[in-house]
Amino acid sequence: MAKVMLEQVTKQFGNVVAVNNVTLDIPDKQFTVLVGPSGCGKTTALRLIAGLEEATSGNIYIGDRIVNDVAPKDRDIAMVFQNYALYPHMSVYDNMAFGLRLRKYPRAEIDRRVKEAAEMLGIQELLGRKPKQLSGGQRQRVALGRAIVREPQVFLMDEPLSNLDAKLRVQTRAEIKKLHARLQTTTIYVTHDQVEAMTMGDRIVVMKDGVVQQVDSPLNLYEKPANLFVAGFIGSPAMNFLEAKLAKQDGRMFVDGGVFRAEVPREYIPKLAEWEGRSVIFGIRPEDIHDRALVQSTDGAAVVRATVDVHEPLGSDVILYLTAGEHSIVARVDARSQARMGQTAEVVLDMKKMHVFNPDTHAAIL
Amino acid sequence: MTPPTGAAGEGRRPGVVAAAALAQTLLAANALLVLLPIGFMVLSSLKATREIFQRPFALPVVPRWQNYAEVWGAAHFAVYFRNSLIVTVASMALILVTGTLAAYALGRYRFRGNDLIFLFFLSGIMVPIRLAIIPLFIMMRDLRLLDTVWSLILVYAASGLPSAIFILTGFFRTLPPELDNAARIDGAGELGILITVLLPLVRPALAIVTVYNIIPIWNDFFFPLVFIHQDRLKTLPLGLTVFFGEFQTNWALLFAGLTLAAAPVLALYVVMSQQFIKGLTAGAIKG
Repeated sequence: MAKVMLEQVTKQFGNVVAVNNVTLDIPDKQFTVLVGPSGCGKTTALRLIAGLEEATSGNIYIGDRIVNDVAPKDRDIAMVFQNYALYPHMSVYDNMAFGLRLRKYPRAEIDRRVKEAAEMLGIQELLGRKPKQLSGGQRQRVALGRAIVREPQVFLMDEPLSNLDAKLRVQTRAEIKKLHARLQTTTIYVTHDQVEAMTMGDRIVVMKDGVVQQVDSPLNLYEKPANLFVAGFIGSPAMNFLEAKLAKQDGRMFVDGGVFRAEVPREYIPKLAEWEGRSVIFGIRPEDIHDRALVQSTDGAAVVRATVDVHEPLGSDVILYLTAGEHSIVARVDARSQARMGQTAEVVLDMKKMHVFNPDTHAAIL
Repeated sequence: MTPPTGAAGEGRRPGVVAAAALAQTLLAANALLVLLPIGFMVLSSLKATREIFQRPFALPVVPRWQNYAEVWGAAHFAVYFRNSLIVTVASMALILVTGTLAAYALGRYRFRGNDLIFLFFLSGIMVPIRLAIIPLFIMMRDLRLLDTVWSLILVYAASGLPSAIFILTGFFRTLPPELDNAARIDGAGELGILITVLLPLVRPALAIVTVYNIIPIWNDFFFPLVFIHQDRLKTLPLGLTVFFGEFQTNWALLFAGLTLAAAPVLALYVVMSQQFIKGLTAGAIKG
C-alpha cells in the first residue's frame, strides 16, 4: 500500500494537451475516483500512473519513489481494464496466475493466492473455464481477481463497470467497495459516470479538458461545487443555471431573474456584497425546488410561477420541466404534486441551498 | 468441414435455396476438378507404364506397390526428398520467425515510419520475384551461395515475407491493445508478450501463412533449375525430371514419384485446413 502523487504532470499528444499541469495527492488506502466527460484526460492520467504513457513533464510518485522512468511491471500496481483484457487462450486460473508466474512465485503460493482471490470473488467453480465461456459479470470478476492476486501497492481501474448492464453495475459497484474495505489497497478509479463516482469514492477528482476542477469528498462536491462545471456535472438532473441580477433593497438582497424575485438568506449577504447590482449566474438544484402546495411555510424561500412543459413521474418523485419567462427550470418535486403538463404551477426555491457563480470566470461565489 | 450456416435458416425462400444449390454445385465441380487429377495420379502410380496407356481410367489389375519402392531407391529420390524437406522447412521457419517479429512491431507499436515500412513490405507482393532472376543469380554468385541450399532458402524466405507480414500484421492489429498492456503490467517483457499472449491468438494466421507459402516452395521448379547444378542438392521437382527421358518416359515411376512428392503437402493441408478456415473467417463474427 502506498500513496500516489502527481506533481505538475502534463501529457501532450502532438498538439493536444490531454493532461494539463495536474497536481494530485492521493493518500494511502483511499478510494479516489477520477471523473469527467469523455476526453477530459482521466484515462490518460490513469495510464500515466500505470506507466503505459510517458509524462511530457512533471513527476509521478508511488510511495516515496519517483516512477517516471520505472517500467509498468516494476511499479507494483495492478490494473483493471474497461474491456477486461483477459487472455482469451488461458483458463481463468491461468489468467490470474500469469502475473505471479512471471514473477517466479513458488507454485504453492500462486495456488494459495489464486484460490483465495477466487473465493473472495465467488468464482471458484469457474477456474477451469476460458474467458469465452464466461458472462460479462464473471469476466469482470476474473479481471478483478487478476489484480487482487498480485497484492499490489495500488489498484488502477479504468471504467471497469461500463460494459455491464445497469443492474449488474450497481451490484458490482457495491462489491468493489466491499473489496476495498477489506483489502485497504489504495485505489484509483476512472469513470465518466458521476453516480458511480459519488457512490464509490472516498474522494473525487473532477477533471475537464485535462485540468483538475475540484478535489473533494462526494458531499462537498455536491454542496460546494468550486465552479459552474462541477456544479453542472455532479447531480442528476443537473443544477439549474439562471441569469440573474443581485439587487439590494432596504438592507435585504434579492436574486432578480426578471420573472421571479427571490430573497437571499441574510447570512449570505456579506459574501455577495461586492456583486450587488451586477449580473451573476444563479444556480439551484432540481431537488431544492418544491411544489408550493406541498410546502408548509415559504419563509426564506421564493416563489416562481411557471408553465409545466413536461411531467415525468418516477414514482418516488416527479421531475418537472418548467418555463418561466426566458428561463428553463428543472424541478424534482414530491410525488404528490398535482402539477400537470400544460398547466401553470407555482414552485418554491429553497434559497438556503442557492449557488452563485461568476458569469465570466465561472468560479463559485457562493 | 464446418456445418453450413446462414442459408439453412427457417423460412428459406426459393431464391436462397437456388443460390445455395448453385454455390454447392460450383464448389463440388471445383472439388472434382482438383481431385480428379490427384486420383488419376495415384491410380497411375500403381500401374505399369503399358497399363497406363492401355487402360488409362481403369483401376489397376494388380496394384504395383513396388513402383514406390523402386522410385524411392532409384535416381536419388530419397536425397531429393530430403533436400526439399530441408529447403522448405528452413524457408518456412525463416518466414514465420522474421515475419512474426516484423508484423508484431508493425501491428502493435505506433512509431514514425510505421506505415512506410509496412508499405515497403507490401510492395514486395506486387513484384513477381521471377522477374528478378538475373540480379538474384548475380547476387547469389557474388555471395558464393550458388549451388547451395542457402540460395533457395534465402530467396524463398524473401519472397514469402511480404505476404506473411501483410497477413500477420492484419491479425495483430485486430487484437485489443489492452492485452499487451495487461501483460506489460503483469510483468511480461515485449518478447514475452508476443510469445505468451499474442502468438497463441494469431495461430490461425500462422496456419494461413504456412499453407499459403509452403506449397509454392515445395513445388518450385524454377529457382532450383537456375541455382542448383549438383545432383545431390536437387529438390524433388527438379529431381523428378530424370524420369522424363529424351525418347522414353517411365510414366509409372514418374506418377509414383509425384504421389510421394505431393503426399506431405496434402497431409499438411488436411491437418491445417481447420486452422486455415478459422483464420479466413476470423473477424467475421465478434467473439
